Amino acid sequence: MNAPARQTALHATHVAAGARMVDFAGWDMPVNYGSQIEEHHAVRRDAGMFDVSHMLSLDLEGADATPWLRKLLANDVAKLGEPGKALYSCMLDETGGVIDDLIVYRLSDTRYRIVVNAGTADKDVSWMRKHIAASGANVSLTARRDLAMIAVQGPNARAKTWQALPQLRAGSETLKPFSGAQLGDVFVGRTGYTGEDGFEIALPADQAAAAWAELTAAGVAPCGLGARDTLRLEAGMNLYGQDMDETVSPLDAGLAWTVDFKDEARNFVGKSALITQPASRRVLGLILEDRGVLRSHMKVFAPTGEGETTSGSFSPTLEKSIAFARLPLTVEPGETVEVDIRGKRLKARTVKLPFVRNGKAVV
Amino acid sequence: MSKLPAELKYTSSHEWVRVEADGSLTIGVTDHAQEALGDVVFLELPEAGRVLAAGEACAVIESVKAASDIYAPVAGEIIAANQDLADAPEGVNADAYAAWLFKLKPANAADVAGLLDAAGYQAEIAQ
Repeated sequence: MNAPARQTALHATHVAAGARMVDFAGWDMPVNYGSQIEEHHAVRRDAGMFDVSHMLSLDLEGADATPWLRKLLANDVAKLGEPGKALYSCMLDETGGVIDDLIVYRLSDTRYRIVVNAGTADKDVSWMRKHIAASGANVSLTARRDLAMIAVQGPNARAKTWQALPQLRAGSETLKPFSGAQLGDVFVGRTGYTGEDGFEIALPADQAAAAWAELTAAGVAPCGLGARDTLRLEAGMNLYGQDMDETVSPLDAGLAWTVDFKDEARNFVGKSALITQPASRRVLGLILEDRGVLRSHMKVFAPTGEGETTSGSFSPTLEKSIAFARLPLTVEPGETVEVDIRGKRLKARTVKLPFVRNGKAVV
Repeated sequence: MSKLPAELKYTSSHEWVRVEADGSLTIGVTDHAQEALGDVVFLELPEAGRVLAAGEACAVIESVKAASDIYAPVAGEIIAANQDLADAPEGVNADAYAAWLFKLKPANAADVAGLLDAAGYQAEIAQ
């Protein structure tokens, strides 16, 4: 039997709001509060919020923090200029498989905030600690399970956050996209997983329910993991465990743009494996032209070979079904392919990702 | 709390069944099923004339979340499918008992007696 599901600091708030709760990576999380599609639209058109306290914040500090991260991560933290700038990266194993994807914020040369996925958090921390021990690097890693995290997303997300939590305004108003700042005991990142503007706010767990209530009062719609999934899918963002994992190279998972080979002297974990096994697949979006719904693990037939969907659902913005597909390198955007849905071959069109950005369809 | 009209019959696979005056059956999915599925976005309905065994998968209901099969509650022949609903599948969420999927002429009228009543279905979903 599985261990009982873990609860975030907002669990009682979700239950009181009538959320439908599901197990996600061992956490009892809201999947929706009514209509997943309405929650999706709230984020695209106005402002919505997600409890993402199941994700783990980590603080990395020490004189060797920068060189150690340059070895640990496939993307290069050396490209982070001004303090607060964030980077999306994969953390690879020696075979080039993806242990996790994460966000790292550079606060200074010796201080970083890292945010990792819930389902991989324990594995990530052990991997990092093992590497710290083996390298003898002067760094310390602190897991911040004392923090809750609320992602406020949408075109009006920042304005409504400032209305609800005015104490955050001064410190977060000047934040550029994809950067963050420590404001007292609260960390605010202008980041997210929806393709919209907004904040991810990490705050002491005992402040989470009050902040959620203030945000609700300011008209921010509570949104569940269901809407989070369709939003990230439209935004062309991978989901760990579905679109990539330890068996897949980032080069085959549409993440080549996050692997930085520029500094030839930088030997990050997994680099030699990626060099000996260059990309063999490419990831494109699919838009279903026939009626139906694309899901993960459906077979795709392209003129030059076969592939498979990794994530698929219904796109509330496009009002069509969309998917990510891992396809032969020869397949180009704009081609018509066929997808096997329950034994029937339905037509789909390949597109470059994303499908939607900042509220607008881009395909 | 989901609605369970007392005049309908039910299956443990979450279909509701209304016995019409002419003995034909009108079939949809329960309010409980609609809640569990979430926003319904696509329906694949059977063709009229298709002959089904009891419990045979004959339609698919897709929500944003997942695809689910719909089963024939008893053996019989499809006499109609609700194409208006296929064009506006969100009707299943709006009112599950108004949103009929298909109509079936049972092979044996007595089979209907084997379906659950509201109390029996309530007991099934309470488990």
